[in-house]
Amino acid sequence: MSDVALPASLATAPAKERAGHGEALAAWLLTLPAIVAFVLMLLIPTLAVVAIAFTDYELGAPALRYVGLANFAELMEDRGFVTSFRNTAFFVAVTTPVSIVGGLMLALLIEGGTRGRAFFRAVFFLPVVSLMVAMATAFQYMFHPTIGPVNAALRALGIVGPNWLGSSDSVMWTLAIIGVWEQVGFNMVLFLAGLTAISRDLYAAAEVDGVRSAWSRFWTVTWPLLGPTSLFVLTITMIRSLRVFDIVATLTQGGPNKASEVLLYTMYTEGFTFFRMGYSAAITVVFLLAVVVLMLLQTRVLDRRVHYG
Amino acid sequence: MNPGSQMPGSHDRSLAADLPRLALLSVLGLLFLMPYIWMVSVSLKPLDEVWRASMSLIPETFAIERNYGRVFREVPIGRYLLNGAIVCFGILVFQLAFALPAGYAMAKLNFRGRETLFAFVMLGLLIPAHVPAIPLYIAFAQTGILNTYAALIAPSTISVFAIFMFRQFFRAMPDELIHAARMDGLGEWSIVWRIIVPNAWPAATAFAIFSVVAHWNDLFWPLIAVSGKGELATPALGVIYFRTEEAGDDFGALMAAATITTIPLVAAFLLAQRRFIEGITMTGLKG
Amino acid sequence: MAGIVLDRIEKAFGETRVLKGVSLGFDAGAFVSLVGPSGCGKTTLLRIIAGLERADAGMVSIAGRDVTGLRAADRDVAMVFQNYALYPHMTVEQNMALPLVMRRLSAVERAPFLGRLVSGTGERRTAIKAEVAEAAKLLSIGHLMERRPGQLSGGQRQRVALGRAIVRHPKAFLMDEPLSNLDAALRHDMRRELVDLHKRVGVTTVYVTHDQAEAMTMSDRVAVMLGGNVLQFGSPREVYEQPATIEVAKFIGSPRINILPGEAGAEGRISVVGAATDAVAPRTTGKLDIGIRPEHLVIADDGLAIIVRHVEFLGSEVLVYARDTSGGDHLTVRLDPQAWERAASHETLTVAPQPGKLLAFDAAGNRVGLISTETAAQVQAHVPSRRVPRYV
Repeated sequence: MSDVALPASLATAPAKERAGHGEALAAWLLTLPAIVAFVLMLLIPTLAVVAIAFTDYELGAPALRYVGLANFAELMEDRGFVTSFRNTAFFVAVTTPVSIVGGLMLALLIEGGTRGRAFFRAVFFLPVVSLMVAMATAFQYMFHPTIGPVNAALRALGIVGPNWLGSSDSVMWTLAIIGVWEQVGFNMVLFLAGLTAISRDLYAAAEVDGVRSAWSRFWTVTWPLLGPTSLFVLTITMIRSLRVFDIVATLTQGGPNKASEVLLYTMYTEGFTFFRMGYSAAITVVFLLAVVVLMLLQTRVLDRRVHYG
Repeated sequence: MNPGSQMPGSHDRSLAADLPRLALLSVLGLLFLMPYIWMVSVSLKPLDEVWRASMSLIPETFAIERNYGRVFREVPIGRYLLNGAIVCFGILVFQLAFALPAGYAMAKLNFRGRETLFAFVMLGLLIPAHVPAIPLYIAFAQTGILNTYAALIAPSTISVFAIFMFRQFFRAMPDELIHAARMDGLGEWSIVWRIIVPNAWPAATAFAIFSVVAHWNDLFWPLIAVSGKGELATPALGVIYFRTEEAGDDFGALMAAATITTIPLVAAFLLAQRRFIEGITMTGLKG
Repeated sequence: MAGIVLDRIEKAFGETRVLKGVSLGFDAGAFVSLVGPSGCGKTTLLRIIAGLERADAGMVSIAGRDVTGLRAADRDVAMVFQNYALYPHMTVEQNMALPLVMRRLSAVERAPFLGRLVSGTGERRTAIKAEVAEAAKLLSIGHLMERRPGQLSGGQRQRVALGRAIVRHPKAFLMDEPLSNLDAALRHDMRRELVDLHKRVGVTTVYVTHDQAEAMTMSDRVAVMLGGNVLQFGSPREVYEQPATIEVAKFIGSPRINILPGEAGAEGRISVVGAATDAVAPRTTGKLDIGIRPEHLVIADDGLAIIVRHVEFLGSEVLVYARDTSGGDHLTVRLDPQAWERAASHETLTVAPQPGKLLAFDAAGNRVGLISTETAAQVQAHVPSRRVPRYV
């Protein structure tokens, strides 16, 4: 068979280069909408908010002035903000460990047998898909000092229940309880996924090696192998707790007396009730820094220790 | 001869041995469901019963018409639910339209700048949704589109998480599929339409669930973007309106409003449990 | 007999009966394989011996002790898993030390900081370290002690798993397809090493595999299992030459044995697909399944006519895939390389079985003993003979 002459069009450009060209063009076209949206809705606004934080901008004001770090300085002096920051830290510090341990325990309980898995998983996961504003309202009723069932039950036991949401001493604790209720199911499901990923053979090997009690099994096999999952759950939970807003906006509006002010709520009121945009932007920047620090903590410090090659 | 401890391996466990675990889970489960149980119970009770502070769950008289009727009369709750659907759907459509092609391009196509784009994606993951709020509000206010569906939908159309997720998904897809398509003569665009989009179904549904739940429940942005007693309120905002409307004392009606707005997603969840859980927790089972 | 005894072991998972009354017994120090296709129950049986599953009925005895009711941790056995089951977060040394640590140190002594405070812990840990080093030397992995399993190759992981098993000097090693995750060349080498190890350490070993070649080359005795029953338990030679049932004959030996329809005619004379043979089935008539292994067929002038479909030249041997002319049954023949020319150039061949290599099975699948026509004639001629002639 003699060679067939290639048609001229095919013989012009080297095949690889031409394919690359078409590919690159297609790639840019495909990513263009996302790039535009990213720039318009995310990149520019983020840079803008950082910029605004250094100004004294107020909505409706004719002009704005660069004020350097004045907003930040004011933040540190402002008792309201300091309380807000402290409350948020409190909320994160309480809900994080409780919802993580709680999620792990529920996951272990559910994974510990074959009966009822799907059912219980659904029960504890329900809060995650529920409208928090609505559920907060339900909690409001439950925690009502006089007509709420919680205090009614306590009364039956002879205990006088506190004014859960109405007293500045107990309001953050109450919000933390609601926060845990909201988060546990999510963490539980993540732990469930981590648990099912652990090979059954490892438990068999441990048994043969003499690891007898459930406690030893947990420390020898389960907990070390949950390492990556636990780390992930830790970061996610802290960041989600940091973002607390719905329950405060619905139930307490920061009260009583700023006892339940949290970062995002303060940011909201400053920016959208008082329209002090510059100030609110500064709070946003603080919030952003907190989130970034937490995520970096995960990737840098702990991530390496927890993956086993 | 039965040793005290069980052989490890949950097949063998008898019902008797399983009871403590089941009992504990049931008690905890009941505690967890309390808010829902009380919410529905109170929504059925008349005011005087509510204020009696009794622990009984079943109402003596049913006040369904009174409570639920009040909700429907005082706020356009049906409209709010519809808004929720429109906004969530709108957001999802745009999210998929932007993220799917971008995710695919970054996963399977070779082009300069791919790495830079991905760096931006990762950067975007660090930024919570609340951060761009202020400038977006200012911009929308200036351009007069506050209080429109556009204002509610636009900021969420870019989901860096979706791009990240689709990229991971497409990377796991075999290259051969696309090479074969190219050899069959399909152009890049056809490949996207005929091969990529149909095959992205599992990832897309999982993400859809994640997105809908997040945005149906979102209070922050609608609170900012919708002013006055806007007809445009989403369900979350609608409940807030109703609360302020009747000065927070009519618990019966309040619970009715809460129930109405919670039911849609809860019902959807109960019908498609596994999908929901997959979708929402896919926020990185890769760790 | 201080080995392992299994007495009528039964096990069902829900509706499915996985083990239907298995009884086996062998001496201490034996290397025994449980071999069979997937689903035959071999792994379940192994796990019951280990104590990881509990039998529904029956008894397990190890080294003379009835361990039926004991959990695995109390049985003093060691197990090697198909996927090695090494603890990924521990170093090789820690992996190998764990069985000793769990048994010799109490919970308090094991605790990370407190442990050091308890007196005696230090000495015990040093002793453990020495024993681990010894086992590591035996397996040539001494240089890997500080690594994690994730950093090791498949073969190295396998050795660590073995090390973890040996270090305890258990009463029995139980191995669940330990070589199936290795590539072919490595598998061959590891087979030899396992057999050497067994010779050196001398511990009773129960080895589960679906690969009959592995079972044949490594074991003192082979238990062929199918559908929850042990079909035959004997030496490799026995299961090869004297399979108890047709299933055993089909499972053992590669390429697979040829099964052809045959008949025991007048006086029990065997004919295969119409062709006469020199074998006789005493006191039997009627249809039989006749088995003849590919390696026991030779090209002959007189015998079975076959049509050659396909010939494979493997260098060391030639495989002929053929069909028998009369019945259309498939047939495989293994020939010496010299036969290549002949096999490749002919469309039909005539093959005959080597003397005494025929196997016959009745309708129930049980083997029927065969004798040569000569012996049959002698018996007929009332030649006094003390011993009943065994099959040929």
